[in-house]
Amino acid sequence: MTDLQIKTDMSHAAAPSTGVRANKLEVRNLDFFYGESKALKNINLSLATNTVTAFIGPSGCGKSTLLRILNRMYDLYPGQRATGEVLLDGQNLLDPKLDLNLLRARVGMVFQKPTPFPMTIYENIAFGIKLYENLSKSELDGRVEHALRGAALWNEVKDKLNASGLSLSGGQQQRLCIARTVAIQPEVILFDEPCSALDPISTAKVEELIDELKEKYTIAIVTHNMQQAARVSEFTAFMYLGELVEFGQTTKLFTSPEKRQTQDYITGRFG
Amino acid sequence: MTVPAQIDRTGPLDRARALAAFKLGDRTFYWLTRISALAVLCILGGIILSLIVGAWPAIQQFGFDFLVTRRWAPQLSPSPVLGALGPIYGTIVTSLLAMLIAVPVGMGIAIFLTEFCPPAIRRPVGVAIELLAGIPSIIYGMWGFFVLAPFMTDHFMPAVIATFQHVPLLNVIFAGPPSYLSLFNASLVLAIMILPFITAISRDVFQTVPPMLKESAYGLGCTTWEVVKNVVIPFTRAGVIGGIMLALGRALGETMAVTFIIGNSFQITGSIFSPGTTISAAIASEFAEASGVHMSALILLGLLLFVLTFIVLAAARLMLARLQDKQGK
Repeated sequence: MTDLQIKTDMSHAAAPSTGVRANKLEVRNLDFFYGESKALKNINLSLATNTVTAFIGPSGCGKSTLLRILNRMYDLYPGQRATGEVLLDGQNLLDPKLDLNLLRARVGMVFQKPTPFPMTIYENIAFGIKLYENLSKSELDGRVEHALRGAALWNEVKDKLNASGLSLSGGQQQRLCIARTVAIQPEVILFDEPCSALDPISTAKVEELIDELKEKYTIAIVTHNMQQAARVSEFTAFMYLGELVEFGQTTKLFTSPEKRQTQDYITGRFG
Repeated sequence: MTVPAQIDRTGPLDRARALAAFKLGDRTFYWLTRISALAVLCILGGIILSLIVGAWPAIQQFGFDFLVTRRWAPQLSPSPVLGALGPIYGTIVTSLLAMLIAVPVGMGIAIFLTEFCPPAIRRPVGVAIELLAGIPSIIYGMWGFFVLAPFMTDHFMPAVIATFQHVPLLNVIFAGPPSYLSLFNASLVLAIMILPFITAISRDVFQTVPPMLKESAYGLGCTTWEVVKNVVIPFTRAGVIGGIMLALGRALGETMAVTFIIGNSFQITGSIFSPGTTISAAIASEFAEASGVHMSALILLGLLLFVLTFIVLAAARLMLARLQDKQGK
């Protein structure tokens, strides 16, 4: 584990590779613009397969922006553009010819607030599955149950699958959204401050869930909560003013950061 | 009383007096709002009552037959024959036809404006639609009479009649000869008139969908159409139905433009290319020279329109409740 000398000023920051894991996503020389203003400056990093990578940094540092590039969500809004390369299994997902719908089936996203669709609990899950697969009723039932179990929600909702998704509590709604994302079997899951609207108990459940999900998925999580980053992630990226300041193993970044800014931020001296 | 020193300086008595003044203001405000609310009910009740009183002679003379009689012959003496079936038929046909045209087009415009439209032309198009809503109905009537009706009658109707002349049922609905003054032309003008309502209300409620909710659907890999169909419209269903019902209410009662262009014929032919009349057009065109039981019959027509509108609103409520049940509580 001594080969983890990550320097972001290296033009191709080496993946924080443990030597065995392949990189699921590689970000190379990434710049991002909101209209004229540059929001991300020359980002280079990699997400290793089946790990959790946390993005921390003060508000406005670009960590959510970076996340929204990984599934091309920014494409919905005119005037936003990215340059550089983002490789998903070697394929550049910034390619304008890429099919965005298929990309988003591979890279799922969970948002800051629970966003259940205005339908029943069952339909919330089945909806996404039905976009991609033509299943019989019983197969679909099985997949819905599997997804809800995967999000540790099945026991709470199995008797009211036909109730509205909006009737659940905030924490349950967020786990419903995770189940919905998991149901279409993506490869990468992006969490954009998934616990910012949740109470501590729900937060603990979601964190536990993230820990289980990394067995199957590659996970990126943006969080304002440094304890959360320390608890759930293997790797952490610290960003500040659109730049990647430091990126490395979470334990190392939190115990002996290389950069002064990182140290100031994690000890609460600014941000 | 333990009053903090700072407040004591102005004197507790002053404070009490000020509070009493507020209380009086509050009470006045309470009663003003209450009276306003009650006034609405009184006016509604008064209108219904005066309609019933005015219509009473006609109700007594024709009874239930009024609803099912097709003949409208006020000139017959000593006892005129008056039936409302023609105007009721015309009102329902023109309104439904107008909705059939305006709802898909209006929602289409709203979806375009909120989901696809480049920001540069979003405002101009939105303003144009609001201006369309502000045009007085007489102008729609004139435009329909002088421009739209001749064009549709000379170019559109003959083609449709020729196309469907051998298709059963359709050759009755689209039967000739084409007439400038027709149910179809009236429906078209009505559709254009209610289009801005449906568009503006749909656009406003579509804009209330949280961006994050839409992003969630896009995040699953939905296309724009799937997002609109499965998230935007279900989320805004109540608002959209409200807008449609408002538009339907306007279509049912619209008078001036329709009177211009519908032909004021009490015949029921089954063809939408032939003249007809609506309840409000019949009242508007005959009120001036009516008297006696003829006048009473026109007031009864007004009462029927009132009831018809009420039924539409009640049906809308019921539909909304059903939909909410289906969506899950």
